[in-house]
Amino acid sequence: MKDNLLRLENVSRSFGPVEVFTGFSLDIKRGEFAAIVGPSGCGKTTLLNLLSGFDKPSSGSVEREGRARMMYQHGGLFPWLTTSENIRLGLRHIKDEAERERQLALMLGLIGLEKFGGHYPHQLSGGMRQRVEMARALAGDTDILLLDEPFSALDYLTRLKMRRELARMLMERPRTTVLVTHDIEEAAQLADRVIVLSERPARIRRELWVDLPRPRDLTHPQVIEAIHTVLEEMGLEGDTQNALAQGT
Amino acid sequence: MIEEKVTKKVRLLPFAVLAVAVAVWTVLSLLRVFPESLFPSPLSVADGFAEEIGTGRMFNDMIASLFRVAIGFSLAAALGVPLGLVLGHHSRARAALLPAVNFFRNLSPLAWIPFAILWFGIGDAPAIFLIFMAAFFPIVLATAAAVASIPTVYFRVAHDYGFKGAELLTQVTLPAIAPQIITALRVTAGLSWVVVVAAEMIAGRDGLGFAIWDARNGLRMDLLVVGMIVIGVIGVVIDQLLLRLTRIPSVRWGYER
Repeated sequence: MKDNLLRLENVSRSFGPVEVFTGFSLDIKRGEFAAIVGPSGCGKTTLLNLLSGFDKPSSGSVEREGRARMMYQHGGLFPWLTTSENIRLGLRHIKDEAERERQLALMLGLIGLEKFGGHYPHQLSGGMRQRVEMARALAGDTDILLLDEPFSALDYLTRLKMRRELARMLMERPRTTVLVTHDIEEAAQLADRVIVLSERPARIRRELWVDLPRPRDLTHPQVIEAIHTVLEEMGLEGDTQNALAQGT
Repeated sequence: MIEEKVTKKVRLLPFAVLAVAVAVWTVLSLLRVFPESLFPSPLSVADGFAEEIGTGRMFNDMIASLFRVAIGFSLAAALGVPLGLVLGHHSRARAALLPAVNFFRNLSPLAWIPFAILWFGIGDAPAIFLIFMAAFFPIVLATAAAVASIPTVYFRVAHDYGFKGAELLTQVTLPAIAPQIITALRVTAGLSWVVVVAAEMIAGRDGLGFAIWDARNGLRMDLLVVGMIVIGVIGVVIDQLLLRLTRIPSVRWGYER
C-alpha cells in the first residue's frame, strides 16, 4: 500500500493564455485531512478538477489511488432527484438492492433527514442540502473526499454547525480529505495540514500542521494560532507594511 | 375559511366575464346595431352549433385538424430536440448552424404556403409540412439554449458517479433541460394550432380552418363564429394539457423561484 493517495507532480494547466498552474506538485497522504486556502481566482477549483480527474493537466502527472468524490459549494445536487435518489447515486456501485436501501437508510439517519427522503432539493434549506451532498459523497466505500468550498453558501452559524457535522461524519466514515476553501477558519478548525497558495500561477506559499483531534473548538488556542499564521502569510494580519512590500 | 370563499369567487370571475360578453352580444344583435349578415346573433350561433354537431361535420373537422397538428408537431419535436442537443453540446455545430436556424425561426411559416401547395398539393401533407416548419426551429433553438446553459457542476457530479454515454444523456442532460423543453413545447404547440388553421384555409378540404373559410364562402356567419369558438377552446385545452407536464414532481424545480 502506497503512502500517498493523491500526488500531483510537476503539473501545469493553462486555459488559453491564462496559466493557472506551472510545475505544481502536491502530495496527499492516506487518511490525511488537507485544506488548501488561497486568494480567489488562484485556481482552487481547477486543482480539485485535476484531483478528481474531471480535468486533465496540460503537462505533468496526476496519480490517484482509489475513487474520489466531491462535495460542492451549492447546486451540486441534481434538482430533478429527491434526497433519497440523490444519495442513491453514491450507492450506484452496490448491486444488491436490499443492501443499497439499508445503506441509504443509514445515511439518511446519519444526517438526520429520515423524514426528508422524498423531498426535492428546492424544498430543503441550504444546510439540509449540504448535508445531503455530504451523505451522497460519503455513501458507499470511496477513498477520497474532495470538498469544494462546501459551506460557503451558508450563513455563519449554519456553517459552524456543518463543520461539526463533517467532523462527526468523518469519524463514522474516515476518508482521505482535501478541502479547498477561502474560509481560513474552516481550514484551521478542520484540517491536519493547511496549505496556503499564492496568486496565479499558484504555488505553495506555506504549509502548517494542526495536530489536534477533531471535532475541535474554533477558539482552541492551536486553531487560533493557525488562523493567525495563515492570515499573516496572506498579508491580512500583523505587519501590513511588510505584506505590501511583498506585493500581496 | 374566508380565503377559501374568496378563491372560489375568484374562480367564478371568468364565467361572469363570459356572461357579460354574451349579454352585450345579445343586446347588440337584438337592437340590430349591425346587420345580421355581418354580426350573427348568439341564438343563430347556437343553432349553427347544433347543426354542425348533428351532421358530424364538426367532429370530422376537429379530428382532421388535431391529426395534422399531432403529426407535424410530433415530427418537429422528435427531430428538433436531438438537433438542439447536438447544437447545445458542440460549439462548432452551433456556430455553423445557428444563423440558418435563426433565419428559418424568424421566417413566418405562412410564407411557405405557396411551396407547400406546389410540393404537397391539398390535404394533410401541406398542413403537416407547415406545422413542422413552424414548430421545428423554435424547438431546436430552445433545446440548444437549454443544453448550453446546463451548469458545469452537473457534469462534474456525473463524472464523480460514473455516468457515461447514453446514461449521461438520459439521466443528466435530459432531466436538466426538461423544464425548458416543456416550456418550448407549450409555446410551439400553440404555434402549431395557429398555423393549422391558416394552412387549412388555403390548402385544405376539411379541418377547422377549412370550416371557417367554407362558412365565409357560404355567407354562413353563424358557422364562422362556431368555428372560431371551437378553435379557441381547443387551443386552450391543448395548452392546459401541456401545462400539466409542468406539475410532474421531477421538473417542478425548473419553475420554482
